[in-house]
Amino acid sequence: MITTRAGRAHRQERIASALLLLAALLVVLSMAALLAYLGFEGLKTFFIDHISPLEFLFSPKFDPEAGRAGALVYIVGSLSITTFAIFVGGPFGVAVAIFLSQLSPVRFANALRPAIELLVGIPSVVYGWLGLTLLVPFIRNHTGTPGYGLFAAGIVLSIMILPTVISLSEDALRSVPGSLREGSLALGATRWQTIHRVLLPAARSGITVAIILGTARAIGETMAVQMVIGNASILPQGLLNPTSALPTEIVLDMASAPQGSLLEHSLFSMALLLLLIAMGFILAVRATLRNRTL
Amino acid sequence: MSRKGVALVAALLLALGFAAPNALFADTSITAAGSTALLPLVKASAEQYQKANPSIQISVSGGGSNVGLTNVAQKAVDIGDSDILPPKPMPGLVDHRVCVVAFAVIASPNTGVTGLNKKQLQDIFSARVTNWKQVGGKDQRITVINRPRSSGTRAVFVKVIMGTNPIADSGLVEDASGTVVSTVKTTPGAISYVATGYTRGQGVAELKVDGTPPTDANVISGKYPIWSYEHMFTNGPATKDVARFLTFVETRSVLVHKLGYLLIRDMKVSENDR
Repeated sequence: MITTRAGRAHRQERIASALLLLAALLVVLSMAALLAYLGFEGLKTFFIDHISPLEFLFSPKFDPEAGRAGALVYIVGSLSITTFAIFVGGPFGVAVAIFLSQLSPVRFANALRPAIELLVGIPSVVYGWLGLTLLVPFIRNHTGTPGYGLFAAGIVLSIMILPTVISLSEDALRSVPGSLREGSLALGATRWQTIHRVLLPAARSGITVAIILGTARAIGETMAVQMVIGNASILPQGLLNPTSALPTEIVLDMASAPQGSLLEHSLFSMALLLLLIAMGFILAVRATLRNRTL
Repeated sequence: MSRKGVALVAALLLALGFAAPNALFADTSITAAGSTALLPLVKASAEQYQKANPSIQISVSGGGSNVGLTNVAQKAVDIGDSDILPPKPMPGLVDHRVCVVAFAVIASPNTGVTGLNKKQLQDIFSARVTNWKQVGGKDQRITVINRPRSSGTRAVFVKVIMGTNPIADSGLVEDASGTVVSTVKTTPGAISYVATGYTRGQGVAELKVDGTPPTDANVISGKYPIWSYEHMFTNGPATKDVARFLTFVETRSVLVHKLGYLLIRDMKVSENDR
Protein backbone atom coordinates (compact mmCIF):
# COMPACT_ATOMS: atom_id res chain seq x y z
CA MET A 1 0.00 0.00 0.00
CA ILE A 2 1.11 3.53 -0.75
CA THR A 3 -0.93 5.15 2.05
CA THR A 4 1.91 5.04 4.48
CA ARG A 5 2.19 6.68 7.81
CA ALA A 6 3.72 9.72 6.08
CA GLY A 7 0.73 10.02 3.74
CA ARG A 8 -1.69 10.00 6.62
CA ALA A 9 0.35 12.59 8.48
CA HIS A 10 0.31 14.78 5.40
CA ARG A 11 -3.47 14.61 5.17
CA GLN A 12 -3.87 15.42 8.86
CA GLU A 13 -1.65 18.40 8.45
CA ARG A 14 -3.71 19.78 5.59
CA ILE A 15 -6.93 19.36 7.60
CA ALA A 16 -5.38 21.05 10.61
CA SER A 17 -4.12 24.05 8.67
CA ALA A 18 -7.49 24.41 6.93
CA LEU A 19 -9.21 24.48 10.33
CA LEU A 20 -6.79 27.07 11.66
CA LEU A 21 -7.31 29.23 8.59
CA LEU A 22 -11.07 28.94 9.07
CA ALA A 23 -10.76 30.09 12.68
CA ALA A 24 -8.65 33.08 11.63
CA LEU A 25 -11.09 34.00 8.87
CA LEU A 26 -14.04 33.78 11.26
CA VAL A 27 -12.39 36.20 13.66
CA VAL A 28 -11.53 38.66 10.90
CA LEU A 29 -15.02 38.36 9.46
CA SER A 30 -16.80 38.94 12.76
CA MET A 31 -14.62 41.94 13.58
CA ALA A 32 -15.25 43.40 10.13
CA ALA A 33 -18.99 42.78 10.49
CA LEU A 34 -19.01 44.48 13.88
CA LEU A 35 -17.19 47.51 12.54
CA ALA A 36 -19.40 47.74 9.47
CA TYR A 37 -22.60 47.43 11.52
CA LEU A 38 -21.56 50.03 14.10
CA GLY A 39 -20.38 52.33 11.34
CA PHE A 40 -23.61 51.89 9.40
CA GLU A 41 -25.89 52.45 12.40
CA GLY A 42 -23.70 55.09 14.00
CA LEU A 43 -23.59 57.29 10.92
CA LYS A 44 -27.40 57.34 10.61
CA THR A 45 -27.45 60.17 13.16
CA PHE A 46 -25.67 62.34 10.63
CA PHE A 47 -27.12 61.09 7.33
CA ILE A 48 -30.72 60.29 8.26
CA ASP A 49 -31.42 62.64 11.17
CA HIS A 50 -29.13 65.32 9.72
CA ILE A 51 -27.45 66.12 13.01
CA SER A 52 -24.19 67.88 12.22
CA PRO A 53 -21.11 66.03 13.50
CA LEU A 54 -20.05 69.29 15.13
CA GLU A 55 -23.26 69.39 17.15
CA PHE A 56 -22.79 65.75 18.16
CA LEU A 57 -19.24 66.37 19.36
CA PHE A 58 -19.56 69.83 20.87
CA SER A 59 -23.13 70.41 22.05
CA PRO A 60 -23.93 69.57 25.69
CA LYS A 61 -27.70 69.28 25.03
CA PHE A 62 -28.86 65.68 24.65
CA ASP A 63 -32.62 65.58 24.13
CA PRO A 64 -33.38 63.34 21.15
CA GLU A 65 -37.14 63.81 21.48
CA ALA A 66 -36.58 67.49 20.76
CA GLY A 67 -34.12 66.70 17.95
CA ARG A 68 -31.00 67.55 19.94
CA ALA A 69 -28.20 64.98 20.02
CA GLY A 70 -25.15 66.63 21.54
CA ALA A 71 -22.87 64.14 23.25
CA LEU A 72 -20.35 66.58 24.71
CA VAL A 73 -21.35 65.84 28.31
CA TYR A 74 -20.68 62.13 27.85
CA ILE A 75 -17.45 62.64 25.92
CA VAL A 76 -16.10 65.03 28.54
CA GLY A 77 -17.24 62.68 31.30
CA SER A 78 -15.52 59.67 29.75
CA LEU A 79 -12.30 61.53 29.05
CA SER A 80 -12.16 63.12 32.53
CA ILE A 81 -12.64 59.94 34.52
CA THR A 82 -10.18 58.11 32.28
CA THR A 83 -7.58 60.86 32.64
CA PHE A 84 -8.15 60.82 36.39
CA ALA A 85 -7.57 57.07 36.43
CA ILE A 86 -4.33 57.39 34.44
CA PHE A 87 -2.93 60.10 36.70
CA VAL A 88 -3.88 58.38 39.95
CA GLY A 89 -3.82 54.67 39.09
CA GLY A 90 -0.90 54.91 36.64
CA PRO A 91 1.88 56.24 38.90
CA PHE A 92 0.61 54.19 41.82
CA GLY A 93 0.67 51.01 39.73
CA VAL A 94 4.17 51.72 38.41
CA ALA A 95 5.35 52.38 41.98
CA VAL A 96 4.05 48.98 43.08
CA ALA A 97 5.70 47.38 40.03
CA ILE A 98 9.06 48.97 40.94
CA PHE A 99 8.71 47.73 44.49
CA LEU A 100 7.83 44.21 43.38
CA SER A 101 10.58 43.91 40.80
CA GLN A 102 13.44 45.72 42.59
CA LEU A 103 12.95 46.19 46.30
CA SER A 104 10.65 43.55 47.67
CA PRO A 105 11.97 40.39 49.31
CA VAL A 106 11.53 37.57 46.78
CA ARG A 107 9.10 35.61 48.95
CA PHE A 108 6.88 38.62 49.50
CA ALA A 109 6.80 39.41 45.77
CA ASN A 110 5.98 35.81 44.98
CA ALA A 111 3.05 35.92 47.36
CA LEU A 112 1.79 39.31 46.20
CA ARG A 113 1.97 38.63 42.46
CA PRO A 114 -0.83 36.04 42.26
CA ALA A 115 -2.96 38.22 44.52
CA ILE A 116 -2.63 41.10 42.08
CA GLU A 117 -3.36 38.87 39.11
CA LEU A 118 -6.47 37.73 40.95
CA LEU A 119 -7.66 41.33 41.13
CA VAL A 120 -7.97 41.38 37.32
CA GLY A 121 -10.65 38.74 37.61
CA ILE A 122 -12.91 40.64 40.02
CA PRO A 123 -16.09 41.50 38.08
CA SER A 124 -16.66 45.20 37.57
CA VAL A 125 -20.05 45.05 39.30
CA VAL A 126 -18.20 44.18 42.52
CA TYR A 127 -15.97 47.25 42.19
CA GLY A 128 -19.06 49.35 41.52
CA TRP A 129 -20.91 47.89 44.49
CA LEU A 130 -18.01 48.63 46.82
CA GLY A 131 -17.76 52.12 45.37
CA LEU A 132 -21.47 52.64 46.01
CA THR A 133 -21.49 51.30 49.56
CA LEU A 134 -18.10 52.52 50.83
CA LEU A 135 -16.70 55.28 48.64
CA VAL A 136 -19.83 57.32 47.89
CA PRO A 137 -20.92 57.58 51.57
CA PHE A 138 -17.32 58.40 52.52
CA ILE A 139 -17.16 61.29 50.04
CA ARG A 140 -20.66 62.40 51.09
CA ASN A 141 -19.76 62.52 54.77
CA HIS A 142 -16.54 64.43 54.20
CA THR A 143 -17.64 66.99 51.63
CA GLY A 144 -21.37 67.58 52.12
CA THR A 145 -22.05 66.74 48.46
CA PRO A 146 -24.22 63.80 47.35
CA GLY A 147 -21.00 61.80 46.86
CA TYR A 148 -21.78 60.64 43.33
CA GLY A 149 -19.63 62.07 40.59
CA LEU A 150 -16.34 62.33 38.75
CA PHE A 151 -14.21 61.80 41.84
CA ALA A 152 -15.97 58.59 42.90
CA ALA A 153 -15.89 57.21 39.36
CA GLY A 154 -12.24 58.22 38.94
CA ILE A 155 -11.18 56.47 42.14
CA VAL A 156 -13.07 53.28 41.27
CA LEU A 157 -11.46 53.26 37.81
CA SER A 158 -8.00 53.94 39.27
CA ILE A 159 -8.34 50.85 41.42
CA MET A 160 -9.70 48.82 38.52
CA ILE A 161 -6.74 49.55 36.23
CA LEU A 162 -4.13 48.87 38.95
CA PRO A 163 -3.73 45.12 38.37
CA THR A 164 -3.23 45.62 34.62
CA VAL A 165 -0.71 48.41 35.13
CA ILE A 166 1.18 46.57 37.87
CA SER A 167 1.48 43.24 36.06
CA LEU A 168 2.57 44.69 32.72
CA SER A 169 4.97 47.28 34.19
CA GLU A 170 6.56 44.65 36.37
CA ASP A 171 7.14 42.46 33.32
CA ALA A 172 8.68 45.45 31.55
CA LEU A 173 10.99 46.24 34.49
CA ARG A 174 12.02 42.61 34.82
CA SER A 175 12.91 42.36 31.16
CA VAL A 176 15.52 45.13 31.50
CA PRO A 177 18.85 43.27 31.10
CA GLY A 178 20.58 42.65 34.45
CA SER A 179 23.82 44.04 33.05
CA LEU A 180 22.36 47.57 32.89
CA ARG A 181 21.43 47.49 36.53
CA GLU A 182 24.72 45.96 37.58
CA GLY A 183 26.64 48.47 35.48
CA SER A 184 24.85 51.36 37.12
CA LEU A 185 25.46 50.03 40.62
CA ALA A 186 29.10 49.35 39.75
CA LEU A 187 29.51 52.99 38.74
CA GLY A 188 28.53 53.94 42.26
CA ALA A 189 24.92 54.92 41.63
CA THR A 190 22.55 54.44 44.55
CA ARG A 191 19.55 52.13 44.28
CA TRP A 192 17.20 55.03 43.73
CA GLN A 193 19.45 56.58 41.09
CA THR A 194 19.58 53.23 39.33
CA ILE A 195 15.80 52.90 39.33
CA HIS A 196 15.18 56.50 38.37
CA ARG A 197 17.90 57.02 35.75
CA VAL A 198 18.47 53.55 34.32
CA LEU A 199 15.63 51.11 34.86
CA LEU A 200 12.66 53.39 34.26
CA PRO A 201 14.03 54.88 31.01
CA ALA A 202 14.98 51.40 29.80
CA ALA A 203 11.51 50.03 30.54
CA ARG A 204 9.73 53.17 29.37
CA SER A 205 8.01 51.72 26.34
CA GLY A 206 6.80 48.68 28.29
CA ILE A 207 5.42 50.88 31.04
CA THR A 208 3.71 53.08 28.47
CA VAL A 209 2.01 50.02 27.02
CA ALA A 210 0.89 49.03 30.52
CA ILE A 211 -0.68 52.41 31.15
CA ILE A 212 -2.33 52.57 27.75
CA LEU A 213 -3.91 49.14 28.17
CA GLY A 214 -5.12 50.20 31.60
CA THR A 215 -6.61 53.29 30.01
CA ALA A 216 -8.35 51.24 27.34
CA ARG A 217 -9.93 49.22 30.12
CA ALA A 218 -10.99 52.36 31.96
CA ILE A 219 -12.65 54.12 29.06
CA GLY A 220 -14.95 51.22 28.25
CA GLU A 221 -15.91 50.43 31.84
CA THR A 222 -19.68 50.67 32.18
CA MET A 223 -21.21 48.96 35.17
CA ALA A 224 -18.93 50.20 37.94
CA VAL A 225 -18.98 53.76 36.60
CA GLN A 226 -22.75 53.85 36.18
CA MET A 227 -23.21 52.94 39.84
CA VAL A 228 -21.15 55.84 41.22
CA ILE A 229 -21.03 58.67 38.66
CA GLY A 230 -24.57 59.95 39.28
CA ASN A 231 -25.68 59.87 35.63
CA ALA A 232 -26.61 63.54 35.47
CA SER A 233 -26.61 64.84 31.90
CA ILE A 234 -24.65 67.93 32.78
CA LEU A 235 -21.10 69.13 32.24
CA PRO A 236 -19.18 68.69 35.49
CA GLN A 237 -18.37 71.97 37.26
CA GLY A 238 -15.88 70.23 39.52
CA LEU A 239 -14.54 66.89 40.65
CA LEU A 240 -17.38 66.33 43.10
CA ASN A 241 -20.20 67.00 40.64
CA PRO A 242 -22.28 64.19 39.18
CA THR A 243 -22.06 63.72 35.43
CA SER A 244 -22.28 60.92 32.84
CA ALA A 245 -19.97 59.00 30.53
CA LEU A 246 -20.41 57.46 27.07
CA PRO A 247 -20.89 53.82 28.16
CA THR A 248 -23.18 54.70 31.07
CA GLU A 249 -25.46 56.80 28.85
CA ILE A 250 -25.62 53.96 26.30
CA VAL A 251 -26.55 51.36 28.90
CA LEU A 252 -29.11 53.61 30.58
CA ASP A 253 -31.09 54.36 27.44
CA MET A 254 -30.46 51.54 24.99
CA ALA A 255 -33.23 49.16 26.02
CA SER A 256 -35.93 51.79 25.70
CA ALA A 257 -34.76 53.34 22.43
CA PRO A 258 -37.42 52.70 19.78
CA GLN A 259 -36.05 51.25 16.55
CA GLY A 260 -35.16 53.92 14.02
CA SER A 261 -35.43 56.79 16.50
CA LEU A 262 -32.86 59.55 16.86
CA LEU A 263 -32.21 58.25 20.38
CA GLU A 264 -31.22 54.84 18.99
CA HIS A 265 -29.09 56.35 16.23
CA SER A 266 -27.25 58.68 18.56
CA LEU A 267 -26.53 55.85 21.02
CA PHE A 268 -24.99 53.93 18.12
CA SER A 269 -22.94 57.00 17.25
CA MET A 270 -21.67 57.09 20.83
CA ALA A 271 -20.79 53.38 20.62
CA LEU A 272 -18.93 54.06 17.37
CA LEU A 273 -17.06 56.95 18.99
CA LEU A 274 -16.16 54.76 21.95
CA LEU A 275 -14.83 52.12 19.58
CA LEU A 276 -12.78 54.71 17.71
CA ILE A 277 -11.28 56.01 20.96
CA ALA A 278 -10.41 52.47 22.05
CA MET A 279 -8.83 51.79 18.65
CA GLY A 280 -6.85 54.99 18.99
CA PHE A 281 -5.41 53.63 22.22
CA ILE A 282 -4.47 50.31 20.59
CA LEU A 283 -2.75 52.16 17.74
CA ALA A 284 -0.87 54.18 20.33
CA VAL A 285 0.28 50.94 21.93
CA ARG A 286 1.54 49.63 18.60
CA ALA A 287 3.36 52.87 17.81
CA THR A 288 5.08 52.73 21.19
CA LEU A 289 6.11 49.15 20.61
CA ARG A 290 7.55 49.98 17.20
CA ASN A 291 9.70 52.76 18.65
CA ARG A 292 11.13 50.40 21.19
CA THR A 293 14.83 51.07 21.42
CA LEU A 294 15.94 48.11 23.47
CA MET B 1 -9.30 16.42 23.69
CA SER B 2 -9.19 12.67 24.02
CA ARG B 3 -12.19 10.54 23.21
CA LYS B 4 -12.54 9.77 26.91
CA GLY B 5 -12.63 13.49 27.66
CA VAL B 6 -15.36 14.09 25.11
CA ALA B 7 -17.42 11.26 26.56
CA LEU B 8 -16.99 12.66 30.04
CA VAL B 9 -18.15 16.13 29.03
CA ALA B 10 -21.12 14.69 27.16
CA ALA B 11 -22.09 12.62 30.19
CA LEU B 12 -21.82 15.67 32.43
CA LEU B 13 -24.00 17.74 30.13
CA LEU B 14 -26.60 14.98 30.00
CA ALA B 15 -26.60 14.66 33.77
CA LEU B 16 -27.00 18.43 34.12
CA GLY B 17 -29.88 18.36 31.66
CA PHE B 18 -31.75 15.72 33.63
CA ALA B 19 -31.02 17.30 36.96
CA ALA B 20 -32.12 20.78 35.85
CA PRO B 21 -35.38 22.07 37.28
CA ASN B 22 -38.53 21.17 35.39
CA ALA B 23 -38.87 24.81 34.49
CA LEU B 24 -36.26 24.37 31.76
CA PHE B 25 -38.55 21.92 30.04
CA ALA B 26 -41.82 23.69 30.84
CA ASP B 27 -44.39 23.40 28.08
CA THR B 28 -45.02 27.12 27.85
CA SER B 29 -42.95 30.14 28.72
CA ILE B 30 -44.23 33.68 29.10
CA THR B 31 -41.93 36.70 29.25
CA ALA B 32 -42.79 40.09 30.71
CA ALA B 33 -40.61 43.21 31.02
CA GLY B 34 -40.96 46.93 31.68
CA SER B 35 -42.23 49.17 34.47
CA THR B 36 -40.41 48.77 37.76
CA ALA B 37 -43.45 50.37 39.44
CA LEU B 38 -45.55 47.36 38.40
CA LEU B 39 -42.71 44.85 38.83
CA PRO B 40 -43.56 43.71 42.41
CA LEU B 41 -47.14 42.80 41.44
CA VAL B 42 -46.17 40.96 38.25
CA LYS B 43 -43.38 39.12 40.05
CA ALA B 44 -45.57 38.01 42.96
CA SER B 45 -48.44 37.03 40.65
CA ALA B 46 -46.06 35.05 38.44
CA GLU B 47 -44.78 33.12 41.46
CA GLN B 48 -48.30 32.25 42.59
CA TYR B 49 -49.36 31.37 39.05
CA GLN B 50 -46.40 29.07 38.46
CA LYS B 51 -47.06 27.29 41.73
CA ALA B 52 -50.61 26.58 40.57
CA ASN B 53 -49.55 25.78 36.99
CA PRO B 54 -46.17 24.01 37.06
CA SER B 55 -46.11 23.60 33.28
CA ILE B 56 -45.92 27.36 32.75
CA GLN B 57 -42.65 29.23 33.08
CA ILE B 58 -42.95 33.01 33.51
CA SER B 59 -39.92 35.26 33.48
CA VAL B 60 -40.36 38.82 34.67
CA SER B 61 -37.90 41.70 34.45
CA GLY B 62 -37.89 45.48 34.88
CA GLY B 63 -36.09 48.13 32.84
CA GLY B 64 -38.71 50.88 32.78
CA SER B 65 -42.03 51.42 31.02
CA ASN B 66 -40.52 52.44 27.71
CA VAL B 67 -38.36 49.32 27.77
CA GLY B 68 -41.56 47.29 28.13
CA LEU B 69 -43.30 49.16 25.32
CA THR B 70 -40.32 48.94 22.95
CA ASN B 71 -39.77 45.27 23.66
CA VAL B 72 -43.37 44.21 23.22
CA ALA B 73 -43.64 46.25 20.01
CA GLN B 74 -40.60 44.36 18.68
CA LYS B 75 -42.06 41.07 19.96
CA ALA B 76 -39.01 40.57 22.16
CA VAL B 77 -41.34 39.82 25.09
CA ASP B 78 -44.92 38.57 25.35
CA ILE B 79 -46.04 41.24 27.80
CA GLY B 80 -44.83 44.84 28.07
CA ASP B 81 -45.50 46.38 31.49
CA SER B 82 -46.04 50.12 31.49
CA ASP B 83 -47.29 53.01 33.65
CA ILE B 84 -48.15 54.96 30.52
CA LEU B 85 -49.76 54.60 27.11
CA PRO B 86 -47.26 54.57 24.22
CA PRO B 87 -46.04 58.15 23.69
CA LYS B 88 -46.29 57.54 19.95
CA PRO B 89 -48.94 55.18 18.57
CA MET B 90 -47.61 51.63 18.34
CA PRO B 91 -49.85 49.65 15.98
CA GLY B 92 -50.87 46.20 17.16
CA LEU B 93 -50.41 46.77 20.87
CA VAL B 94 -53.38 45.64 22.94
CA ASP B 95 -53.85 47.28 26.33
CA HIS B 96 -54.74 45.30 29.46
CA ARG B 97 -55.21 47.54 32.50
CA VAL B 98 -54.52 45.58 35.65
CA CYS B 99 -54.55 48.05 38.53
CA VAL B 100 -53.89 51.60 39.68
CA VAL B 101 -50.63 52.82 41.16
CA ALA B 102 -50.06 56.03 43.09
CA PHE B 103 -46.71 57.79 43.01
CA ALA B 104 -45.38 59.47 46.13
CA VAL B 105 -43.02 62.40 46.21
CA ILE B 106 -40.37 61.24 48.64
CA ALA B 107 -37.62 63.09 50.47
CA SER B 108 -34.90 62.02 52.84
CA PRO B 109 -35.89 62.41 56.49
CA ASN B 110 -35.03 65.64 58.33
CA THR B 111 -35.41 68.15 55.50
CA GLY B 112 -37.86 70.05 57.68
CA VAL B 113 -40.52 69.87 54.97
CA THR B 114 -43.62 67.67 55.12
CA GLY B 115 -45.41 68.86 52.02
CA LEU B 116 -44.96 70.89 48.83
CA ASN B 117 -47.37 72.45 46.41
CA LYS B 118 -47.30 71.96 42.66
CA LYS B 119 -45.47 75.23 42.00
CA GLN B 120 -42.75 74.37 44.54
CA LEU B 121 -42.31 70.92 42.99
CA GLN B 122 -41.95 72.49 39.54
CA ASP B 123 -39.36 74.91 40.90
CA ILE B 124 -37.36 72.17 42.61
CA PHE B 125 -37.33 69.72 39.69
CA SER B 126 -36.43 72.38 37.15
CA ALA B 127 -33.64 73.56 39.48
CA ARG B 128 -35.02 77.07 40.08
CA VAL B 129 -35.09 76.24 43.78
CA THR B 130 -32.01 74.47 45.11
CA ASN B 131 -32.20 74.76 48.89
CA TRP B 132 -34.81 73.34 51.30
CA LYS B 133 -34.73 76.73 53.07
CA GLN B 134 -36.50 78.27 50.06
CA VAL B 135 -39.52 76.01 50.56
CA GLY B 136 -39.75 76.34 54.33
CA GLY B 137 -37.25 73.69 55.41
CA LYS B 138 -33.73 73.52 56.80
CA ASP B 139 -30.75 75.24 55.23
CA GLN B 140 -29.72 72.22 53.19
CA ARG B 141 -28.97 71.73 49.53
CA ILE B 142 -31.61 69.85 47.52
CA THR B 143 -30.37 66.81 45.60
CA VAL B 144 -32.87 65.93 42.90
CA ILE B 145 -32.99 62.30 41.85
CA ASN B 146 -34.71 61.46 38.58
CA ARG B 147 -35.54 58.34 36.67
CA PRO B 148 -34.15 57.99 33.13
CA ARG B 149 -36.02 58.60 29.87
CA SER B 150 -37.17 54.98 29.89
CA SER B 151 -39.25 55.51 33.02
CA GLY B 152 -43.05 55.66 33.06
CA THR B 153 -42.95 57.00 36.62
CA ARG B 154 -41.00 59.97 35.30
CA ALA B 155 -43.49 60.40 32.44
CA VAL B 156 -46.45 60.43 34.86
CA PHE B 157 -44.68 62.90 37.15
CA VAL B 158 -43.92 65.19 34.21
CA LYS B 159 -47.49 64.99 32.94
CA VAL B 160 -49.22 65.62 36.29
CA ILE B 161 -46.80 67.97 38.03
CA MET B 162 -44.28 69.50 35.66
CA GLY B 163 -46.51 70.32 32.69
CA THR B 164 -44.34 72.31 30.32
CA ASN B 165 -41.60 72.95 32.89
CA PRO B 166 -38.56 70.95 31.79
CA ILE B 167 -36.88 68.60 34.26
CA ALA B 168 -33.37 69.97 34.84
CA ASP B 169 -30.46 67.87 33.56
CA SER B 170 -28.52 68.51 36.75
CA GLY B 171 -30.32 65.83 38.79
CA LEU B 172 -28.90 62.42 39.53
CA VAL B 173 -30.43 59.54 37.60
CA GLU B 174 -31.23 56.14 39.10
CA ASP B 175 -32.58 53.50 36.78
CA ALA B 176 -35.02 51.57 39.00
CA SER B 177 -37.68 52.38 41.58
CA GLY B 178 -35.85 50.38 44.25
CA THR B 179 -32.55 52.22 43.83
CA VAL B 180 -34.37 55.57 43.91
CA VAL B 181 -35.68 54.77 47.39
CA SER B 182 -32.31 53.60 48.73
CA THR B 183 -30.53 56.65 47.28
CA VAL B 184 -33.09 59.07 48.74
CA LYS B 185 -32.76 57.33 52.08
CA THR B 186 -28.96 57.63 52.20
CA THR B 187 -28.45 61.03 50.55
CA PRO B 188 -29.22 63.99 52.83
CA GLY B 189 -31.53 66.54 51.24
CA ALA B 190 -32.62 64.23 48.41
CA ILE B 191 -36.03 64.33 46.70
CA SER B 192 -37.58 62.03 44.11
CA TYR B 193 -40.81 60.31 43.04
CA VAL B 194 -41.65 56.62 43.19
CA ALA B 195 -44.59 54.19 43.27
CA THR B 196 -46.05 54.11 46.80
CA GLY B 197 -45.53 50.35 47.09
CA TYR B 198 -41.79 51.00 47.31
CA THR B 199 -41.87 53.56 50.11
CA ARG B 200 -43.65 51.79 52.96
CA GLY B 201 -41.41 51.16 55.94
CA GLN B 202 -38.33 52.38 54.08
CA GLY B 203 -37.46 55.36 56.27
CA VAL B 204 -38.12 57.99 53.61
CA ALA B 205 -40.60 60.82 54.01
CA GLU B 206 -43.71 60.80 51.80
CA LEU B 207 -44.46 64.45 51.12
CA LYS B 208 -47.96 65.88 50.90
CA VAL B 209 -48.72 67.29 47.47
CA ASP B 210 -50.89 70.43 47.67
CA GLY B 211 -51.60 69.43 51.26
CA THR B 212 -52.78 65.91 50.40
CA PRO B 213 -50.88 62.80 51.48
CA PRO B 214 -50.86 59.85 49.02
CA THR B 215 -53.24 57.64 51.01
CA ASP B 216 -55.46 55.07 49.31
CA ALA B 217 -58.58 57.09 50.16
CA ASN B 218 -57.15 60.28 48.67
CA VAL B 219 -56.15 58.51 45.45
CA ILE B 220 -59.53 56.79 45.11
CA SER B 221 -61.45 60.04 45.60
CA GLY B 222 -59.19 61.86 43.14
CA LYS B 223 -57.88 64.32 45.74
CA TYR B 224 -54.29 63.10 45.27
CA PRO B 225 -53.26 63.72 41.67
CA ILE B 226 -50.15 61.60 40.92
CA TRP B 227 -51.40 58.16 39.91
CA SER B 228 -51.86 56.13 36.77
CA TYR B 229 -53.34 52.90 35.49
CA GLU B 230 -50.85 50.08 35.19
CA HIS B 231 -50.91 48.51 31.75
CA MET B 232 -49.77 45.12 30.52
CA PHE B 233 -49.55 45.32 26.74
CA THR B 234 -49.56 42.39 24.35
CA ASN B 235 -48.64 42.57 20.68
CA GLY B 236 -51.90 41.58 19.01
CA PRO B 237 -54.61 39.81 21.02
CA ALA B 238 -53.18 37.81 23.91
CA THR B 239 -52.65 34.10 23.27
CA LYS B 240 -54.64 31.69 25.42
CA ASP B 241 -51.84 31.16 27.94
CA VAL B 242 -50.96 34.85 28.20
CA ALA B 243 -54.63 35.83 28.52
CA ARG B 244 -55.09 33.39 31.40
CA PHE B 245 -52.08 34.86 33.21
CA LEU B 246 -53.31 38.43 32.63
CA THR B 247 -56.73 37.56 34.09
CA PHE B 248 -54.92 36.00 37.03
CA VAL B 249 -52.98 39.25 37.67
CA GLU B 250 -56.14 41.38 37.36
CA THR B 251 -57.94 39.29 39.98
CA ARG B 252 -55.23 39.31 42.68
CA SER B 253 -57.12 41.86 44.80
CA VAL B 254 -55.48 40.77 48.07
CA LEU B 255 -52.01 40.93 46.55
CA VAL B 256 -52.80 44.27 44.91
CA HIS B 257 -53.60 45.83 48.29
CA LYS B 258 -50.75 44.12 50.07
CA LEU B 259 -48.19 45.52 47.61
CA GLY B 260 -49.62 49.05 47.76
CA TYR B 261 -51.62 49.17 44.51
CA LEU B 262 -55.32 49.97 44.09
CA LEU B 263 -58.11 48.21 42.20
CA ILE B 264 -59.41 49.94 39.11
CA ARG B 265 -63.04 49.22 40.11
CA ASP B 266 -62.56 51.14 43.39
CA MET B 267 -61.59 54.37 41.66
CA LYS B 268 -64.14 57.19 41.81
CA VAL B 269 -62.32 59.16 39.10
CA SER B 270 -60.71 58.26 35.78
CA GLU B 271 -57.34 59.38 34.42
CA ASN B 272 -59.06 61.93 32.20
CA ASP B 273 -60.56 63.73 35.21
CA ARG B 274 -57.22 65.01 36.45
